[in-house]
Amino acid sequence: MKILIVGGGMGGTILANNLARRLKAEMKSGKVRLEMLSASDKHAYLPGLLYVAVGRMTPDEIYRDQRSLLESGIAFSVDPVEQFLLDKNQVKTKSGRVVDYDLLAIATGSRMFPDSIPGLKENAEFFYTEETAVKMFNKLREFKGGKVVIAMGVPHKCPMAPLEITFMLDDYFRERGIRDKVQLHYTYPIGRVHTLENVAKWAAPEMDRRGITYETLFNLKEVDGAKRTLKSEEGSETGYDMLISIPAHRGMEVIESNKLGQNGWIPTDRYTLQMENRPNVFVLGDTTNLPISKAGSTAHFEAEVVGENIAAMVKLGSPVRRYDGKVFCFIQAGSEKATYAMFNYTQPPDPRAPTRALHWFKLAYNKLYWVSARGLL
Amino acid sequence: MADRKVVDARGSFCPGPLMELIAAMKMVEVGDEIEVLSSDKGSASEIPQWIKKVGHEYLGSVEEGGVWHVTVRRTK
Repeated sequence: MKILIVGGGMGGTILANNLARRLKAEMKSGKVRLEMLSASDKHAYLPGLLYVAVGRMTPDEIYRDQRSLLESGIAFSVDPVEQFLLDKNQVKTKSGRVVDYDLLAIATGSRMFPDSIPGLKENAEFFYTEETAVKMFNKLREFKGGKVVIAMGVPHKCPMAPLEITFMLDDYFRERGIRDKVQLHYTYPIGRVHTLENVAKWAAPEMDRRGITYETLFNLKEVDGAKRTLKSEEGSETGYDMLISIPAHRGMEVIESNKLGQNGWIPTDRYTLQMENRPNVFVLGDTTNLPISKAGSTAHFEAEVVGENIAAMVKLGSPVRRYDGKVFCFIQAGSEKATYAMFNYTQPPDPRAPTRALHWFKLAYNKLYWVSARGLL
Repeated sequence: MADRKVVDARGSFCPGPLMELIAAMKMVEVGDEIEVLSSDKGSASEIPQWIKKVGHEYLGSVEEGGVWHVTVRRTK
């Protein structure tokens, strides 16, 4: 049995380690071969970029050597897939290698796609790559005062990021002693300040308390860098001195170019996590088209279900579990407090008031993540 | 002929049915219809509110077995 995992991010790595433990004997006897193909020899803890952007982490803290995170016995290559030949149960890599599989897991993730909004890429600051997060940090350091606007595209990775960066910016400017010279203006696509109603109920008064203004039903349409204004789909316009954006995301280009899913999102069964009409192909993490948060915890919980099911298919001949839509998101509420939201397909979240204790736990998780990636937590 | 896309947002608390619709709207052509399936009754008022403000066309909502089917058309 040949099991191939494409993608070495959070979902792919947890799945690989989960399977290596469950199928240790089968791998040792040669009955199972487990291989991972990734685009990089480094593994990034992407939520750390939020902290890099405001000077609370440095880039070196968010990387580990990918090989060091993987259980022994997993064949790992830095050789990204360029072609998915699903009818032949094969992929073709950048180096020209053709890899056969019996079971395939696709966990290639997503990428920010600011290009969909005219003027956004050239005029906004982002924190979704190391390069843009460091640039944003330096811009913030130079900023002396004025109007800072937070605007976003849909869908975006990490639905908590808009609130987190807003409250962290508020604290950042307070710590620099220039908060009175900064107008922080938050915009959001739907009719409240966050899509989770209970989170919005907490966040709106918190914005009022901090003196953060906001405009809801604001979907970014275009940015005019010369005039320093942005327009919304809904017809409003606002000026800015510094624009910070959580841009729209898309799945990876290789998914689009292989026509596996529009905008790079692969049609996926919400319970089995199998690609539609492809029972031997699993999809997890940001790569699915499921209507749930594009977040690390989603990939984590999906990887555990897929791992258990693939192992059961090897040992019993069929999968044993359904994914229930479980998501757990920390919410960093400024630089001193945090809370969390946990939910699934049937249970809505009911986040509690932010506390200092959860903030410290979130900071601890920033280090504990490496234990998660190894599939131990 | 205009296409019709179904957005299955049942059980979506985050990002939620309206966010799913906003994302889907960018993936269809002007004139196409989108039917949003939502298990949140709030979608039946929230979606028309946004559609009206942004200037697309709201075609109606029906509830069947606890699932709201909200249909809209992209007009621009």
